[in-house]
Amino acid sequence: MKLLTCPMNGTRPLSEFIFGGEYREGPDQNTCTDAEWAAFVHNRSGAPGDKKEWWYHSPSGTWFIAERNTLTDKVSRTYLLGANNNNSNTAQEASK
Amino acid sequence: MPLRLLKFAVSKDHPAPRFFKSHEAPKKSYDVVIIGGGGHGLAAAYYLAKDHGITNVAVLEKGYIGGGNTGRNTTIVRSNYLTPEGVNFYDASVKIYEGLSEELDLNLFYSTRGHFTLAHTESAMRTMRWRAEVNKHVGVESRVVGPDEIAKACPQLDLSCSGQAPILGALFHAPGSVARHDGVAWGYARGADRLGAEIHQNTEVLAIDVKNGKVCGVKTNKGYIETKQVLCAVAGFTPRITEMVDLETPIVIHPLQACVTEPMKPWLDTILVSGSLHVYVSQSSRGELVMGSSLDPYEVHSTRSTLDFVEGLTSHMLDMFPFLSNVKVVRQWAGMADMTPDFAPIMGKTPIEGFYIDAGWGTWGFKATPISGKTMAQTIANDSAPDLIHSFRLSRFEDYELTGEKGAASVGH
Repeated sequence: MKLLTCPMNGTRPLSEFIFGGEYREGPDQNTCTDAEWAAFVHNRSGAPGDKKEWWYHSPSGTWFIAERNTLTDKVSRTYLLGANNNNSNTAQEASK
Repeated sequence: MPLRLLKFAVSKDHPAPRFFKSHEAPKKSYDVVIIGGGGHGLAAAYYLAKDHGITNVAVLEKGYIGGGNTGRNTTIVRSNYLTPEGVNFYDASVKIYEGLSEELDLNLFYSTRGHFTLAHTESAMRTMRWRAEVNKHVGVESRVVGPDEIAKACPQLDLSCSGQAPILGALFHAPGSVARHDGVAWGYARGADRLGAEIHQNTEVLAIDVKNGKVCGVKTNKGYIETKQVLCAVAGFTPRITEMVDLETPIVIHPLQACVTEPMKPWLDTILVSGSLHVYVSQSSRGELVMGSSLDPYEVHSTRSTLDFVEGLTSHMLDMFPFLSNVKVVRQWAGMADMTPDFAPIMGKTPIEGFYIDAGWGTWGFKATPISGKTMAQTIANDSAPDLIHSFRLSRFEDYELTGEKGAASVGH
């Protein structure tokens, strides 16, 4: 991957982007146990596969979601969180 | 002339000596199965046999031995860490390394060079002082030195770093060394093989059989093996193995790249590290400059190389050594670093009975090869981890008792 498609600014060089880690849903902090919370804080799904990740387009200050395979490093699509996914960029041309 | 050489003069049969026996297929069962034939796994097999008399052991390697991160690191051995637990642990490793060529009867080209961690800012100097004091307290030879002493040890270094990042001082660590990394794997492999352990290359673990929270066997591409004890020592493949037993860990994989230049006459005696410039460099016994940098900035399970890396690294190298501008980079490669949040390894027992972990070796695994083999062998033999690795247990995350070593990582990651 050398190019990435920002949902707001189109396809840009990877050097303009910062990796923000996997998108994760946390447990309810009012009801979860200490062990569940510690697991959420520290543990990650480290095995390779298709993942939903946070990425940041630094020049424009845009946080967005990229769906990427961490084994092949191919991005299947990028979109703003909460946006209608049908309008998302299919980033196939940027997945090289 | 020794007789074993003389006999070749009259014989037409000149078999190449083998370091370890090759076996058709694994046996039906073993006392211990070690996944991963890198330095750590092979050292564990060696010490299981040597220290504990456990020889019914199989080391399963899906590729060839030492072909993973053992053969991809920049071969630096040091113990100038930040936490007393870390310094004690890595110091024990350095002490074994110093006598290892003799013990394994194999020249590992272990060469003590002295190790300078350069500081370009006041805040870096503060960390160097902190590390020096912790090191001295534990009995490890480290001290803060000024630019004069650095210039004396390495007169070729531009102390102003092209005016970009003038060097204020350094942490000097006398025992800092380099060694032939593949030799370490081969030496331990031969040692383990001679004592009775079996090494199976091209043998991939496909699944691990766990019943009632206990390990009872592993499924491989060469058949099923019964065993009650499994050691996972696979560095960048750790998440794939831990997923087989539903064990969650904080490990995330980032590639770590390195490269070498064409060989030169020896000129660089010491090992130099610059955290700010993201460079570590030493000259190998073949004359190549071996150089490494910081981690790739995002998760990928791949050993691909990038041009960005060489461009960035070499530009910083030229800040330090402008005269190298015509020297060619001849080879670059990457390893998959299994990173932990606190930059300390994960070693010892797990909630699954009989499943032991030796992982989270990120960018600091090679130097720990002997001591991790020794302590993991102890852990398996006694089913209890020794005090030396207590701070590296997996449950430290649940207990919020992290072992913060980020400040001792060779470059700012």
